[in-house]
Amino acid sequence: MKIVLEHLTKRFPNRNKKIKEDVVAVNDFNFEIPDGKLIGLLGPSGCGKSTALNLICGLEQPTEGKIFFGDTDVTKLPPENRGVGLVFQNYALYPHLTVRENIRFPLENLRGKDKLSKEVMEEKVLEAAKLVQIQELLDRRPSEMSGGQQQRVAIARALVKRPQVLLLDEPLSNLDARLRLQTREELKRIQLETGITTVFVTHDQEEAMSISDTIVVMKSGVLQQMGEPQEIYDEPVNLFVAKFLGTPQINVFEGKIKDGNVFIGNSPVMSAENYNNSEKEVYVAVRPEGFIVDENGPLSCGFINREVMGRDTSVIATNSAFIGENIRAIIPSEEEIHPVNNTVKFSLKPFKVRIFDKVTEERILL
Amino acid sequence: MNDIENKKIEQKAKRAAFLRSFLRYLLLVLWAVLVLFPFYWMILSSVKTYSSYNSEYVPKFFTLSPTLQNYVTAFTAVPLAKYFLNTFIFTVVTTFLMMIVVIFAAFAFARLDFKGKDIVFSLFLSLMMIPNELVIITNFVTITNLDLRNTYLGLILPSVTSVFYIYLLKENFEQIPEELYKAAKVDGTSDFRYLWKVMIPISRPTIVTIIILKVIECWNSYVWPRLITDDQNYFLVSNGIQEIRENGFGRENVPAMMAAVVVISVPLVVLFLIFRHKIMAGVARGGTKG
Amino acid sequence: MKKNLTAWLCLLPAIAFLGVFMVYPLIDVLVYSFEEGYNFASQSFWETGFYNYSYVLHDPYFIQALKNTFIIVIITVPLSTGIALLISLELSSVKVLRDFFQTVYFLPYVTNTLAVGLVFMILFKKTAYSDGLVSLLIQLFGGPSVDFIDGPYWAKMFVMCFYTIWIVMPFKILILTSALASVNPMYYKAAQIDATPKWRIFYKITLPMISPMVFYLVITGFIGAFKAYSDEVALFGTDLNAAGMNTIVGYVYDMLYGNSGGYPSYASAAALLLFAIVFTITTINLMVSKKTVYYQ
Repeated sequence: MKIVLEHLTKRFPNRNKKIKEDVVAVNDFNFEIPDGKLIGLLGPSGCGKSTALNLICGLEQPTEGKIFFGDTDVTKLPPENRGVGLVFQNYALYPHLTVRENIRFPLENLRGKDKLSKEVMEEKVLEAAKLVQIQELLDRRPSEMSGGQQQRVAIARALVKRPQVLLLDEPLSNLDARLRLQTREELKRIQLETGITTVFVTHDQEEAMSISDTIVVMKSGVLQQMGEPQEIYDEPVNLFVAKFLGTPQINVFEGKIKDGNVFIGNSPVMSAENYNNSEKEVYVAVRPEGFIVDENGPLSCGFINREVMGRDTSVIATNSAFIGENIRAIIPSEEEIHPVNNTVKFSLKPFKVRIFDKVTEERILL
Repeated sequence: MNDIENKKIEQKAKRAAFLRSFLRYLLLVLWAVLVLFPFYWMILSSVKTYSSYNSEYVPKFFTLSPTLQNYVTAFTAVPLAKYFLNTFIFTVVTTFLMMIVVIFAAFAFARLDFKGKDIVFSLFLSLMMIPNELVIITNFVTITNLDLRNTYLGLILPSVTSVFYIYLLKENFEQIPEELYKAAKVDGTSDFRYLWKVMIPISRPTIVTIIILKVIECWNSYVWPRLITDDQNYFLVSNGIQEIRENGFGRENVPAMMAAVVVISVPLVVLFLIFRHKIMAGVARGGTKG
Repeated sequence: MKKNLTAWLCLLPAIAFLGVFMVYPLIDVLVYSFEEGYNFASQSFWETGFYNYSYVLHDPYFIQALKNTFIIVIITVPLSTGIALLISLELSSVKVLRDFFQTVYFLPYVTNTLAVGLVFMILFKKTAYSDGLVSLLIQLFGGPSVDFIDGPYWAKMFVMCFYTIWIVMPFKILILTSALASVNPMYYKAAQIDATPKWRIFYKITLPMISPMVFYLVITGFIGAFKAYSDEVALFGTDLNAAGMNTIVGYVYDMLYGNSGGYPSYASAAALLLFAIVFTITTINLMVSKKTVYYQ
């Protein structure tokens, strides 16, 4: 089932009653989520991504705009009629029911012609439990399980009624680092196995990048960019997206375009042939892996330290044009660095350098 | 799934929501009326004249000529002011004494170390299960033998301790970090200064709760005062009301009776309206009725 | 050593008062109840035995009181808990006027039981001047004229139960609304997404989650109703035996001091019987709750 959002807007009255102006949690969303894909809604906390999720599942009503499931307008449909499964951040497992009863709960709600027999229910519960691999835990209560296990139960409960759309609110944020890695692979596997259109909300870019088919980046209620993970990483439309994706963060310098060259400070670092005549103040953003240690390189930086990570090495350096604390460059560990007078010189890989307008912070294509 | 079917579901959901909220408010209003009506009726009856009240075979729901005469009668024909004063003294003294007893006991259990603390505390807790009805008989005999019937002392003494409030306050005291006590000790603060300057101010919400609950209890107490007093000079309002009902105002002067009832109800209702959030939170935490 | 002294000094008032007015009476009441023919004036008795209990159990007034008390308990505890639950549920799901309703519903808690009881008596009583408002209302719908205060037993019992419920509702509504407020709303959202019917949400989610509080109310409700007394006095006056509306506690007080005047032995026996009943019922309640209540 594809999901289409048309001019979707949600405004809340400001919590601070003195301010009359409404808070716009979701501002004019227009996009289409293709059938059978795994979509990550990514943004910093408070950007409206959870509101967007609540709008899709129907727990909240949009102020303006429409939501379509397939070709059907579901904007005003109550959540129970939308056929969605939702996994809550804290799982919302009923503490007084066993795992089996929790998973069976949605099935028992079916009435009339959809009513299921006990045997069919049990079969479906087992099937869902098998899918998330918790068959042996069926008789436990939520309080007797680890966070990861509870998470699986929550997913099984959301999937057991075969929803057309599966929604997950920060599915991994309550798990420890090791479990997070394991669970996100699991999520991907379950999504592939079931083929259900899945939307999940997260503030962790790594999480979004690693499993999403498509990422939607949001900031203060406004959609910034939508695309495949690699595409968003490589071709961010603005400085915010560029900075939000990737660890370590992209390195941002003050710079300018002049005489067909891109300058960081006063050093020309790469050519910009289309900008022969005009002069422009810009931000030059370089991915950590975009630096090459080069004795003859144009970018000269103060050397501070190196951090050995095994597979590769982080070079920590400074430059007067750099915005923020220190430059972090990642180079393969077999490359050697010989700082001369505490100075290290870099040349840049052009396809790892992105230029943004200083005023609008929008991407400038060279 | 199609659009027409969805439209139907949407409308059905809308209608059901409207009906639900209508029925909901109907029930809430109904109960509010049931609660408020006796209050309305007592105020209404208290401002009707004696003759108009008695001439209404079918009572009127309003009056066009309200009078305050009944309030004058209530204060002059029976010693209502005296009942009031008694209740006031009883409430203030009982609450005050109880707070002293409770605070010191809670302090001892919460902060001081002494031999046998655990045993004494569990003995205290087990006393919480003893119903008042069981001990009131002997207390009646004790007070009678001490020749304290028809005295304030006799009224007050049996109700100046409460195991439950000691327990409530002790729990609250224990939440105050131990470090504060140690810091105070290092500074050479005495135990009692620490209690007075640190623990009581920090636990003020709980103390206020206990005071409020005790005041309500005192103001409405009936059984013990009834047993221990038969001299009108020592009647509390509850006993006064009962006396008025049975002997006062020539029995049938309902408006004057209602005026007395209004006067008796007003202090607590006013207190409640001012502190209602505090009172309700307090009762939710530690109150019971009956 | 000094520390011990301070502690005991702090505890002294509490221990003294509890000793005199709780512990000693507890022993004393047992002694009284077995002292046959105890005389208040001479402080003497014939012999020890179970005669006091036997007397009380054969006293028609006690039997009447027992019957009244049980009827009040059986009617008011389930009804008040049920209605309170209904009202609390509705109250929890409205926003407009919620604070107002909450305040109004709590009013009876802070009013003098005796005082408001008098108003109820006026509303229900038939006098030479008027049939009483409630009776008139019944007649308006074609019913008979009923005196609820001095009339037939069922009518008196009706007012009794009605007033008792009116009095205990504020506490129950308050406790239940705060219990309902403590249920995490995410469970309701989860249930809604799963298309759970309203009644099922209540039965399967809300009720189990607030069940500890409901049981607390049931247990305290039983205890409170068994000790019913001042509500009865408020409606029917101090001579409850004459009205046929006495309760066990009323019987205890009447035996102690009142119209029958000064039989502490009988009073003690009756009080201990009451304690035995309440203790048994509470134990049964706790056993049932262990099986049905969900504790987090």
